[in-house]
Amino acid sequence: MLKLLDGPQTLGRGKIFWSCFLAVLAGALIYPLFADSYDVGNFAYFLIWIFMALGLCLMWGYGGMLSFGQTFFFGIAGYGYGVLAIDMGGGTATIAALVLSVVIAMIAAGILGYFMIWGGISGIFFGIVTLSATLVLAFFLGQTAGPEWHIGPARLNGFNGMKGMDPLTVGSFDIEGSALYYLMIALIVIVYIALRMLVNSSVGNVIVATRENPQRAEMLGYDVRKYQLLTFVIGSGLAGLSGALYTSWGQFITPSSIGLPAAAMPIVWVAFSGRNDLTATLVGSFLLLFGFQTITVYSQQAALVLMGVLLLATVMLAPQGFVLGIGKLVVDWWTRRRRRDEGPALADTGRLQSDET
Amino acid sequence: MSAELFSVFYQFADVFAFLILSAAGLAIVFGMMGVINMAHGEFIMCGAYVTVGLVNLGVPLPIAQILAAVTAGIIGMIVELLIVRRFYKRPLDSLLATWGLSLIVTQSMLLIVGSAVRGIGTPEGSFAIGGYTFSTYRLVLFGAAVAVLAGLYIIFMKTRFGVVARATMQNAAMAKALGARTGRIYSISFGIGTALAGLCGALYAPTMTLIPTMGATFVVESFVTVVIGGANVLLGTAPAAVFLAMIRMALNASYGQIIGQIGMLFAVILIIRVLPEGLSSVLVRRGR
Repeated sequence: MLKLLDGPQTLGRGKIFWSCFLAVLAGALIYPLFADSYDVGNFAYFLIWIFMALGLCLMWGYGGMLSFGQTFFFGIAGYGYGVLAIDMGGGTATIAALVLSVVIAMIAAGILGYFMIWGGISGIFFGIVTLSATLVLAFFLGQTAGPEWHIGPARLNGFNGMKGMDPLTVGSFDIEGSALYYLMIALIVIVYIALRMLVNSSVGNVIVATRENPQRAEMLGYDVRKYQLLTFVIGSGLAGLSGALYTSWGQFITPSSIGLPAAAMPIVWVAFSGRNDLTATLVGSFLLLFGFQTITVYSQQAALVLMGVLLLATVMLAPQGFVLGIGKLVVDWWTRRRRRDEGPALADTGRLQSDET
Repeated sequence: MSAELFSVFYQFADVFAFLILSAAGLAIVFGMMGVINMAHGEFIMCGAYVTVGLVNLGVPLPIAQILAAVTAGIIGMIVELLIVRRFYKRPLDSLLATWGLSLIVTQSMLLIVGSAVRGIGTPEGSFAIGGYTFSTYRLVLFGAAVAVLAGLYIIFMKTRFGVVARATMQNAAMAKALGARTGRIYSISFGIGTALAGLCGALYAPTMTLIPTMGATFVVESFVTVVIGGANVLLGTAPAAVFLAMIRMALNASYGQIIGQIGMLFAVILIIRVLPEGLSSVLVRRGR
């Protein structure tokens, strides 16, 4: 099992990489001891979105399916959590609401994915069909202001959004502040490790083979549609996890976190970071979220303009992604220096770079 | 009886015009270059703002609308030259680049212009048939949609440019080898596409509130029409619009706009399962 952590589909391997990984993890774990609770809450907020970015990285970078519908599933699970948490009465039931809302998002992904993948939709059309679904959901939720729009006692509240659901709770202990922060860190480590294992497993190899050439993968005897659907459901489910956690974090959700420009954000994070690698996506998305939040305080429009500029610049200057590109440059420089210092025999130890690039 | 029939036709015409006008520009760009212009909505917005700006300066509405379409076309050709041109071999990247552009334009407009601009009212004028009154301007929009289709038919089927453009659409490398200047054809086609987007905005400017994010109102309709139309846009777009308008009209009449839109989306998702190549693939097969 552990062998699957390092493989041809992920960059970053060897002692140096995993030491860095553990150092960052340790830093993240002791961070709340030094920071005040407001900053910890903010930090947890950035981490919420990482799942959505990792999901898109899996679908787009590994599976070759450019889904513009991450916020669609984010919204389904976000609203799903709200409705379930209110209807089931809060308390420990919120954990069930979290799990169920992610399952609902995955079922929705299964249905939408079935029609698109079995219909043979790919490439550009995959993007615009998922985006159409996203925008229609946002328009729909935007006009549910009237009292007739309710599910049980939970009112949808139209453009002002849902509120009044309980945060994640175990017994009488609300998972908020640093408890929520630690939960996020744990979930991110689990999801990151699990995705690394998935893409390096034999299933992951088929997913990547399908991206490279669907016909060839099919000729080799794989039903590529099943693998594509699996990728789509996992990736969208991760967006759902983000959505449910988001609603629990702020105890509200509005249609504007589904429609434009929110729908473009995961694309910007993953494109800028480097869609072909999970680690690059993790690091890059976090940096962008941090930067975005810092600028949003002054002007949300300016922050969104910057996101647009970054997307345009990425596609025009570094189509593989900036974080990935810079990471590779640093590693190349590092290995070259070591090679000069210690001779060629040791040059390959701790390489961050995959062999075929 | 005839009044009811006309009322049904009127509702159909209204939806049909909306679908054709919002999708025509996107369809031309997609059909020629295989590129989906994600900034399509922003060109629509541009057309609407130019129209309203000119009308507020005292220019008569129809002239302002034509000028707005021309402005959008020129801006489109500049965008093609600077950005889109590099991505003809990478269609997915063109999607991202134009989406980045769309974000930049919408949010800059919000920063600079703010959210409220004084609109211009819908041109007055209505007529009555039986017991019902109808707005004349809605019929003008339908007329414009038909005129756009006719204009595109003439440009692509009856002119020399059209012949070369269709050759480029079928096989760009071969057309180039035979001496067609494909770069210029792409540039002009993109210009026509964005001009049609501008025209859409110009025509709908009097009927809606002007906000920088108004483009989003049109994109769902334009996307689904192009998806259902399929690869051969000259054949597919109009039947796709007729088909979707029927569904939309039936649902709008009994359940309202938003259910109409949801129903249309469901219809599209069902259709791509059966006809992933769109309606034009069926029509092409019939033609053979």
